[in-house]
Amino acid sequence: MLENFIPPYNATVMEKFISRNAVLVGKTNMDEFAMGSSTENSAFFPTNNPWDTERVPGGSSGGSAAGIAADEAICALGSDTGGSIRQPASFCNVVGLKPTYGRVSRFGLIAFASSLDQIGPITKDVTDCALVMNAIAGHDPMDSTAVDRPVPDYTSALSNRELKGLRIGVPREYFAEGMQTGVTSAIEAAIKKLEELGAEVGRDVSLPHTKYALAAYYIIAPSEASANLSRYDGVKYGFRYPGAANAIESTEKTRQFGFGPEVKRRIMLGTYALSAGYYDAYYLKAQKIRTLIKQDFDNALQKYDALVTPTSPTTAFKMGEKTDDPLQMYLSDICTLPANIAGIPAISVPAGFADNLPVGMQLMGKAFSEETLLRIAYAYEQATDWHKRKPAL
Amino acid sequence: MDYETIIGLEVHAQLLTGSKMFCSCNANYTEAEPNSHVCPVCLGMPGVLPVINQKAVEYAMLSALALNCTVSEYTKFDRKNYNYPDLMKGYQISQYDFPIGKHGWLTIDINGNRKQVNITRVHLEEDVAKLHHEHHYSRVDVNRAGLPLMEIVSEPEISSPEEARDYLMKLHSILRYLGVSTCNMEDGSFRCDANISIRPIGCKELMAKVEVKNMNSFKAVYQALEYESRRQRKAVKEGEPIFQETRGWLDEKGETVSQRSKECADDYRYFPEPDLPPLIIDKTWIAKIKEKLPELPEARKNRFVAQYGLLLHDASVLTGSLKMADYFEECVKLAGKERAKAATTWILGDLSRLLNASGTGIGDTKVRPEHIADIIKLTGKNTISGPAAKTIIEETFHTGKSVDDIINDKDLRQVNDISEIQDLIKQAINDNPKAISDYRAGKEQALMFITGQVVKATSGRANPVAVKEILIEELGGK
Repeated sequence: MLENFIPPYNATVMEKFISRNAVLVGKTNMDEFAMGSSTENSAFFPTNNPWDTERVPGGSSGGSAAGIAADEAICALGSDTGGSIRQPASFCNVVGLKPTYGRVSRFGLIAFASSLDQIGPITKDVTDCALVMNAIAGHDPMDSTAVDRPVPDYTSALSNRELKGLRIGVPREYFAEGMQTGVTSAIEAAIKKLEELGAEVGRDVSLPHTKYALAAYYIIAPSEASANLSRYDGVKYGFRYPGAANAIESTEKTRQFGFGPEVKRRIMLGTYALSAGYYDAYYLKAQKIRTLIKQDFDNALQKYDALVTPTSPTTAFKMGEKTDDPLQMYLSDICTLPANIAGIPAISVPAGFADNLPVGMQLMGKAFSEETLLRIAYAYEQATDWHKRKPAL
Repeated sequence: MDYETIIGLEVHAQLLTGSKMFCSCNANYTEAEPNSHVCPVCLGMPGVLPVINQKAVEYAMLSALALNCTVSEYTKFDRKNYNYPDLMKGYQISQYDFPIGKHGWLTIDINGNRKQVNITRVHLEEDVAKLHHEHHYSRVDVNRAGLPLMEIVSEPEISSPEEARDYLMKLHSILRYLGVSTCNMEDGSFRCDANISIRPIGCKELMAKVEVKNMNSFKAVYQALEYESRRQRKAVKEGEPIFQETRGWLDEKGETVSQRSKECADDYRYFPEPDLPPLIIDKTWIAKIKEKLPELPEARKNRFVAQYGLLLHDASVLTGSLKMADYFEECVKLAGKERAKAATTWILGDLSRLLNASGTGIGDTKVRPEHIADIIKLTGKNTISGPAAKTIIEETFHTGKSVDDIINDKDLRQVNDISEIQDLIKQAINDNPKAISDYRAGKEQALMFITGQVVKATSGRANPVAVKEILIEELGGK
């Protein structure tokens, strides 16, 4: 749809990068309109995982994660609506942070689900992650949802290699059946390491509404997407179906041929969920669940400074393995999307390997507690060497 | 069976802000090249975000307060989804369940009967682009897209085309007083759609509702609703069904035509605009805006009656337009309060006739309040006669010359010294023997006729009262 579209303006994050003399290497591949968990929905071609080219790099920001893992750049940006930074970071053994909703300006980010989208860094280590955050975080008069709140120096969170005095909770819903055993054992080992570093680990944490997160997400995100993607009608920019007889046919054919199947599936889902007679049962109910999920996190994070979970229930899966089963694909984000629903920050850091494939550990915290997450991630990273391992390319 | 008419009106007024509703583009596009007042935001480019225009919010608050609405402390914006080439994002940012103002009312006057029409809501939204349809294609001018629009929705409580017209005129006048909109119906900065249905008197259920669009003047609104209420009555009488549909008013043909059937209601799939946090309007802000409320037409009308002793009808016409009311008060300031009635007569009489005949607005005429005040003062002092004053106002209207200059140029000073015209009176008596005998036979009009002849002979300069007195004297009394 936007293959030949060159935007006439820069996103705020790009302006910030440019003003700090960043050298821009290029754009990275991703699932079309950020809809997917494997980069197989790319409008161009799939991206391979540098750790095993027969496997996916995760998604939707798979190109960014694979590029960083393959040493093609120092850092990359991704956008995370339900895990699109963290899940590929986990699959590719790199660091990915989804900041608090409102921490980074979304101006210029092609919207998927506006109330969930957030731009964040994908880097080789936690230090780079903090440096990128220093560059991109902050208020933007062009984004009314970007919060006007001072930006700390995130690198100052990296001076401490101990975790004394920090309480970390292990929410039991994230260690349920269906998780790959290699992933669970890697994360258990990582939790032990956090304890060794002085953190007080508690296992009495429950986020009881987690089981509704996926359903709520797949109502809210497609609903917003159905409106956000309405503008692609071929009138103003991007692809236009040639030779339509009238305006209605032009719009219909442009969208029929311009969008891929997953995008169309979500537009239809969202349109349906917002329709008269279904709104209360779907969209409104999903918003109520959203509030409950937020409350779950509020409660848990009163007692704990951070929560630790796997980033994804599995390691990178084979290309084509889930393309025919959207639900299986959606489940790949089961651990990451609650943070988007709650608007809280979450980071994925390399935490070991299962069958020679990277496993990511996710840390979630209170809104605007990126510094705490970076501190824990940094201490863990310094005590391990997972992040130093490179794929044999 | 007798039927009653039920009308509800939806008015859209473009707000007179400097910039657009959600971006910083210049909102004044009237003289602009097509697509010159545009940016990525109002063009609906990928990745852009809206930012609320504070001025637009304040104008909507001011309007809501003037219309006796409650200003909501919690408001938010919503997306109204539909696809059309004039809608850049595929959705319009509007307000659905939490409008800025609600539960208001305004008073209308029909032949001296006052009636309160309730206002459901006042909300903000963005205008769409303008389509120019050519032969085989259409062109899109995005200058208008994103302009702040205020929608004012009445309850379906208007029961005739006359009431609808008066409601609109009252609303129009209030918005002009507030200075929030240019309110020009011709260029679409004040637009009205109507919902109209009929039902047997006493019946509680509504029959099929017809939405009428494309009415570009008060007259068009009146005529379209008149036509539509007749059409619906005729249909019922002849056993024809009335469809729920949208009909367009064709001014030149004087009829409405079906545009779109509405058998299934539009589904705009409203949902909260995630790009804008809820807008909280605190009490202090409301109080601050309330202080900015000017005197409104209704209050001003009542004051004119009380302060200047005007007739209610005259006061109502004068205050119907902010500019005319200001003009009147300026005249009174210059001529003196005791001459307010004379000012009213000149403004609503000769001046209005000249303005209407030429299609000039009171703000644009060369006749300034100073002119009116001078004319009133000079006629009061018998320096000029009534007919001379009419000549002066007409001359000023065309040339803008001062009253003194016109009097001098045209030698219009009234002759009050009778010796100057004794000869003319004698001649008139000699020239009109028939009239003289008629008068002597008791015909009063004959005297008026001769007086007229004398005044005419002086080009209107002679004071008719003085001439009449002399004539009676000359003719040996009554």
